[in-house]
Amino acid sequence: MKGGRVKRAALALMALAGLGMVFSQTKHMSKEWEEAAKRVYVPSGQHDEFYVFFSGGFNGQVGVHGVPSGRNLRTIPVFSVNPENGYGYSEETKGLLMTSHGFLPWDDSHHPELSQTNGVPDGRWLFINANNTPRVARIDLSEFKTVEIIEIPNSAGNHPSSFITQNTEYVVAGTRFSVPVPQKDYPIAEYKKWAKGTITFVKVDNSEGEKNNRMDIAFQLLVPGYDYDLAHCGKGKSHGWCFFTSYNTEQAHTLLEINASKKDKDFILAVNWKRAEQCLSEGKGKKVKTLYYHNYVDPATGIAKSEKRTSVTVLLPKDCPGVAYYLPTPKSPHGVDVSPDGEYIIGGGKLSVNQPIHSFTKMQEAIKNKQFAGEVEGIPILKYEAVNHCEVKNICLGPLHTEFDDKGNAYVSCFISSEVVKYSPKECKVLDRIPVYYSIGHLVIPGGDSAKPWGKYLIAMNKITKDRYLPTGPELPHAAQLIDITGKKMKMLLDFPTHGEPHYAQMIPADLVKKHQKKIYELAKNKHPHAVKSEDEAIQKGVVRKGNEVHIYMTAIRSHFTPDNIEGIKVGDTVYFHVTNIEQDWDIPHGFSMFGAQNANILIMPGETLTLKWKPEKPGVYPFYCTDFCSALHQEMQGYIRVSPKDANVKTCWWTGDKKKCAG
Amino acid sequence: MNAISRGLLALAALLLLGVFFKPLWKITLEAPQYPEGLGMLIWVNDITGENPHDLYNINLLNHYIGMKYIEPEKIPELKVMPFVFGFFVLLGLAGAATGSRKLLLLWVGLFVVFGILGLLDFYRWEYDYGHNLDPNAPLKIPGLAYQPPLIGCKTLLNMKACSFPAEGTYIALASLILGLAALMLSSLGGHKTEFTEAKT
Ligand SMILES: [Cu+2]
Repeated sequence: MKGGRVKRAALALMALAGLGMVFSQTKHMSKEWEEAAKRVYVPSGQHDEFYVFFSGGFNGQVGVHGVPSGRNLRTIPVFSVNPENGYGYSEETKGLLMTSHGFLPWDDSHHPELSQTNGVPDGRWLFINANNTPRVARIDLSEFKTVEIIEIPNSAGNHPSSFITQNTEYVVAGTRFSVPVPQKDYPIAEYKKWAKGTITFVKVDNSEGEKNNRMDIAFQLLVPGYDYDLAHCGKGKSHGWCFFTSYNTEQAHTLLEINASKKDKDFILAVNWKRAEQCLSEGKGKKVKTLYYHNYVDPATGIAKSEKRTSVTVLLPKDCPGVAYYLPTPKSPHGVDVSPDGEYIIGGGKLSVNQPIHSFTKMQEAIKNKQFAGEVEGIPILKYEAVNHCEVKNICLGPLHTEFDDKGNAYVSCFISSEVVKYSPKECKVLDRIPVYYSIGHLVIPGGDSAKPWGKYLIAMNKITKDRYLPTGPELPHAAQLIDITGKKMKMLLDFPTHGEPHYAQMIPADLVKKHQKKIYELAKNKHPHAVKSEDEAIQKGVVRKGNEVHIYMTAIRSHFTPDNIEGIKVGDTVYFHVTNIEQDWDIPHGFSMFGAQNANILIMPGETLTLKWKPEKPGVYPFYCTDFCSALHQEMQGYIRVSPKDANVKTCWWTGDKKKCAG
Repeated sequence: MNAISRGLLALAALLLLGVFFKPLWKITLEAPQYPEGLGMLIWVNDITGENPHDLYNINLLNHYIGMKYIEPEKIPELKVMPFVFGFFVLLGLAGAATGSRKLLLLWVGLFVVFGILGLLDFYRWEYDYGHNLDPNAPLKIPGLAYQPPLIGCKTLLNMKACSFPAEGTYIALASLILGLAALMLSSLGGHKTEFTEAKT
């Protein structure tokens, strides 16, 4: 009995001690959390310090958040239709999604890149690639709107895109999937015969002024049929060069998981685009027939134009010696990242435990001294030892992608070991590591892939979230983790979920973007051919019939449409509602939705004109209304359309209140 | 009039030209959802927004309560005022040129009368805009008028409306003070000269 009591007392004491330990640990954690909370809290009404632009991956969009709060500010539709505001549904925006394969309502957007001046992000534009049906888009950051999309011909899987040169001279594109160039019917097993890669340089017009037709394909370099994965262009001393990782140099066409992972080393392709310009000026390029689309928004009308292009200039490496070299790199490398000074070219050898770092200076020497290990299709292969600066041994498992801070440090994402590793590329030494949850793909630092990083924060983009947030069934969000990188040790600050699947992101000080924001579109400058700029003009123009095609000219202003009653529409008509929002006040959009319309609503910004197409199918009286809670009388912002049978003889009239007009 | 008085009157008249370049009055509206503020400027010949679309937006807000649209082209005073100020400039210059104290007296007297009439007229317009509302307005609050104050601030529904003289009015006031100073100096030291002048 006595012994039992002692035992129980001892147990109780141990339990107490254990509880105490847990308690003190929680207390310790809560102190750390409190500090982190202070770092990320942005008070009500205050702005974040940075913008971050996440690619949306399979949602085809761009997600915009504020940092450090992580607040989601906006989603910019790019390659996917967006019923929320009518992008891809309105007659004005449909043209942006035109391709040589017709109208495409979806794509997979991977790598956003901010425009740069002298290697520094300047906040003018954001480029992003479409992976599935190769395209490059340009978003104007004064409007946060997609204004231009160019299709990339002779390509498939446009993954090593949309990386830019240091003055936004070019945006690059490339083939993750090699294909026959031009496309042709071949047995798949003859891969080595038909597979070709292309590296595309899209020239960007950087001139001032309001124009959106800025991108134009300068040339395509025809390269061996490997899988070109990611890219980055040189800066500073390496300005004039762009680098592309490649895998599947085994040239497998089935079960790549095994068959494309055999070689110890694949390649980084180094392209000297200044040399290419030289060769092209000497007439070494060949004009090749093809078909692709160039779509852009006319700034005066707001209407996307789609233009067909029928030829492209192709350059063969063997016709232009010095234009391209291969740098052997272990092992199926993913990212290729260039340090802010342009010296280090770092391949993310995703199946290796070592991180290879090449030196641009050594590469120049090796080229000069012809230190070649062989040649493929006119592209010399440089000797690994001749270009390699060092390998960071045992850096982590699955190093994917590196970005840089402003103190000479680099940070790599490690997919397999789920961590971020800080290292010195110069000294080839690991400095710190921090776990992330779970399975990080890419990471981003403000200006972290430019010549001027703002080394304050790092965001890890994690693919798997599992138990990290409240569960939402089998389909879960992806996650961003904000890490403080100002100190010697990295510090975890905040988790926040993201939309789609961010593959890559760009971060920039908010002021660089804020300073050229548009608040409204000037109604007086609206040159849309179907715009009406006052209610009197709307009543004057009203309803115009051209056979079965009916155009309705309408204004929206708090809190009514003009006209809001329309008669004389018939079954079999195709009706176009041209709605102009004649507000000139910031943040007063109006929506327009039509009962039974087989598309979406349109959300019209002040001073803008958008058009919704509608095909009435049955006689009746059908309502339309404003979908945006625009005012105290928003619920009253509605109207009716009378639809009569095909053979009816109803007079065409339209009105709002006592302002009325009839046709004829 | 002595030389100083003549000089002062000439200066007063020329200073008055400033009202053609600066607004006379400013009415501002403040509300939480207008962090940038809304403002309206009254000039000798026009009414404009403080920022490009302010007047358009003020009119839009006014339609909820049934206030008449503010349309500068329909306000006759804006057509007359430039001539009135022009007249004062010329009259002042004439007084300075001739040295006639009578003209100076006339200038000051008319100016004061015109100022009072102007304010009364402004009050009348404000009263009319604030009380003479469309009976079909969506927003009707029994007993509430929307007349902005002549000078000062007043809360009208969710808006704080403020009305204050602007640079133009201060210029006119300075001009008047110069005129009064000319008058005072002329009666002090210039009495004799005037007397002789009157005799001859
Ligand atoms: Cu509305």
